[in-house]
Amino acid sequence: MGEFRMPSLGADMDRGTLLEWRVAPGDVVRRGDIVALVDTDKSEVEVEVFEDGTVAELLVEPGTEVPVGTPLARLDPTGPPSAAPPPAAPSHAPPAAAPAPAPAPETTATGPHAARTASPLVRHLAEVEGVDLAGLEPRDPSGLLHRDDIERAAATHRAPLASPPAEVEPPSGGRGPSASPYARRLAAEAGVDLAELRGTGPAGAVVARDVMPTAPPTAAVSDAPSARGGDKQASTRLAIARVMARSKREIPHFYLSSTIDLAAASRWLELENDRRPPEHRLLPASLLLRATALAAQQHPGINAWWIDDEVQLAGDVDLGVAISLRSGGVVTPSITDAAHRSLDDLMTSLRDLVQRARAGNVRSSELQGSITVTNLGDQGVDAVFGVINPPQVAIVGFGSIAERPVAHDGMLTVHPVLTCTLSADHRAVDGHLGSRFLRTLANLLQEPDALAADPDPGAGP
Amino acid sequence: MTDSDHPTMPLTSVTAMAAVADALRRIAPELDLDAVDRSAPLRDELDLDSMDVLSMITALSDHIGSPIAERDAAEMTSVDALVDYLVRRTA
Repeated sequence: MGEFRMPSLGADMDRGTLLEWRVAPGDVVRRGDIVALVDTDKSEVEVEVFEDGTVAELLVEPGTEVPVGTPLARLDPTGPPSAAPPPAAPSHAPPAAAPAPAPAPETTATGPHAARTASPLVRHLAEVEGVDLAGLEPRDPSGLLHRDDIERAAATHRAPLASPPAEVEPPSGGRGPSASPYARRLAAEAGVDLAELRGTGPAGAVVARDVMPTAPPTAAVSDAPSARGGDKQASTRLAIARVMARSKREIPHFYLSSTIDLAAASRWLELENDRRPPEHRLLPASLLLRATALAAQQHPGINAWWIDDEVQLAGDVDLGVAISLRSGGVVTPSITDAAHRSLDDLMTSLRDLVQRARAGNVRSSELQGSITVTNLGDQGVDAVFGVINPPQVAIVGFGSIAERPVAHDGMLTVHPVLTCTLSADHRAVDGHLGSRFLRTLANLLQEPDALAADPDPGAGP
Repeated sequence: MTDSDHPTMPLTSVTAMAAVADALRRIAPELDLDAVDRSAPLRDELDLDSMDVLSMITALSDHIGSPIAERDAAEMTSVDALVDYLVRRTA
């Protein structure tokens, strides 16, 4: 008997509101199927199921807000036994299915390896909370560690001796309330006084979920529609603020930039688009995304997460794309396995992602990229130096493509050029690797025909 | 999409404007088109990006039943320019 739980859909997500069910009891679901629509502070997310099975019972009514980890539905593990494999390649693991260095089967892990069976976000939380994953017993029968496993562990092993010895500086006049470090941090970020909170952790300790409901102004319980309009914008802003502030606080960024000659790429694109109807035309962004994905694949150290004080290579390139929302704010859903997608596939994926992100419909498997691209070319800026989206270790920025004088074959001439930047986490990446990555990217953009060639079949999506 | 699928109907500036408005509403539902300066650059006035512009050209090509060439699209920088083009193209 499996349970489908409220997933953690972002580094700072603690609770989510179930907006609607996309399945009913008796429905057979496959891993990767969209089963529910969930509202987070930032956006509405189509949530996919992690395992095959039959929906036995829906446990939560639409419109209800619940903490991450709360069982939402019961699943009977009676997936069609020898039917076709799940549509997504195994490498398209959903967020909670450990993108560990080695592509090991992630649902049956027991023993010491079970400790690694947690998503990077969960592992990051464990790091923040000072929880050793190896000592944890996941509640989820599949062996996956969820956010609530970490919080429970953090609360139990801190609460008894919490305030006086363990805490660094009690807020005022001696004893602060008992609280997990993560809850303290959340409270500090949100400007909430811990003393005013009622702890629901063991021994009354204040845990993250006690802080969160008061932090975003919108977290209206059981009233999903109210979290719209201005409130929604405010909570989107707050979610961005948290992640960005954490990034700049924790990540020692360094920045590289490179000016790339796009004469060949622009000419290729012009000829190509001339013979395509509008619905099949390519934007320069498709070439930039493809070159970035291939360069990230060639330099795996860039395509990685920083978790538990170490680099974890992501493997597949899940290419996050910064998409500005017309109402303000930005989201960074990713194009999964981008290195194995053709130019046309990337263009279609980008168009689809932009439309869905602006309509507020991103999928849970798209929320955790391995590297992000921010493209401000349309806004006319020369260059953008992005803020890294943790736990990723790099963000690539593209400025606008503009005609500039360049020296070419010993002559001064005018070519379209583009400034490409890399912001990287110096804990995980050095300048040498960053430079090589940018050089590879620039070289790839000199060969548009090669970029346009179909990616190597076999591993494609 | 071919010409035979959608025989081209001549558009007047009024019907062309309606087609442009319809395409824009799908891209930017929150826009108040009455408040838009129709001679101002689309990208600035309406905050459109290149994906938005491509979507609009695709929708308008569909509407007139024949593809708008990219080099023509590059010249359609304002609402007025779009309307003029559609009227001229379908005349």
